[in-house]
Amino acid sequence: MTNAAVHIETQQPALHEALASGAAHAKGQQHPIKLYLVVWGWLFVLSTCSYLVDYFGLQGYLRWSLILLFMVLKAGLIVAVFMHMAWERLALAYAILLPPVLVLVFVAIMVFESDYTHLLRVIFFAPTA
Amino acid sequence: MTETALTNPIEPPARPAGWQGIAADWSSDQRAFKNVSWGKAMMWIFLLSDTFIFSCFLLSYMTARMSTTVPWPNPSEVFALTIGDKKIPLILIAIMTFVLISSSGTMAMAVNFGYRRDRFKTAALMLATAAFGATFVGMQAFEWTKLIMEGVRPWGNPWGAAQFGASFFMITGFHGTHVTIGVIFLIAIARKVWRGDFDVERRGFFTSRRGYYEIVEITGLYWHFVDLVWVFIFALFYLW
Repeated sequence: MTNAAVHIETQQPALHEALASGAAHAKGQQHPIKLYLVVWGWLFVLSTCSYLVDYFGLQGYLRWSLILLFMVLKAGLIVAVFMHMAWERLALAYAILLPPVLVLVFVAIMVFESDYTHLLRVIFFAPTA
Repeated sequence: MTETALTNPIEPPARPAGWQGIAADWSSDQRAFKNVSWGKAMMWIFLLSDTFIFSCFLLSYMTARMSTTVPWPNPSEVFALTIGDKKIPLILIAIMTFVLISSSGTMAMAVNFGYRRDRFKTAALMLATAAFGATFVGMQAFEWTKLIMEGVRPWGNPWGAAQFGASFFMITGFHGTHVTIGVIFLIAIARKVWRGDFDVERRGFFTSRRGYYEIVEITGLYWHFVDLVWVFIFALFYLW
């Protein structure tokens, strides 16, 4: 019993925060315009960076890791700030953001599958020359 | 009154945050998304399903590219443009990327002015977003025309692996369709904002539900998603 009471008490600050953000929500998402301009600027910078990867003709793992890095940063900025996911309750954020992560399992399966197909094509259909 | 309560609820007791919040929100006989209206929740769920569709397209592209024994055409050269007498790699795609990001920026500000009930700024920014979107689709039409003239078909192309054309037309075509639908959606909502429908909570012609400025944010979610998909297409198809 006493344990439960302590538990509830420690939750109090968190509850206050939730209430405050809930009240802010009632009027819709309100954030300073400056925030959007800063994110806009960063998206421009990151896009330029990923374009420069191609412009300077970087190859191999350096190219792929830079492309993926800039892609993830841009996607994160758009979802978190422009789509306001950073200010939503976690129940919504996890419901929407977790399922696409599971697509990575599908990616892994298809990587094995296409490696196998490629191997068969090399063995049986390679031009004899 | 009851409808206001449904679309814009204020929960009387405070909800727990963090992991306990997830368990508490999802458990027992209640709504899972506490402070999100049904319209916004349904747009998010639709976007989730759309994510799976685009994931399947990008996955089939990956599978085709990884399993072919014929070299994949180099996108850097395929999408190069000759401006003056300099051949600049991927320049049209880079401009398209900046156009779409700019449209996302104006959209985010439109949502902001919508909640401030500044209807003319909101409508103007939404129309600017639509104009950027239309520019994007126009540039895509130019790109398609150029590639088709050069002999790219869904079943083959002059430079290498035959699957290149099928992947290209399928992925960019589906994305372009999304942008086009977004432009129409934006213009329809911008018209309502301009007319002041959401200041008087005028009922919709088709749904006969009251309109609120939240629809600007919901339209924005769709539009940002279109930009988001382009981020992935740009990285995985054009740059890879």
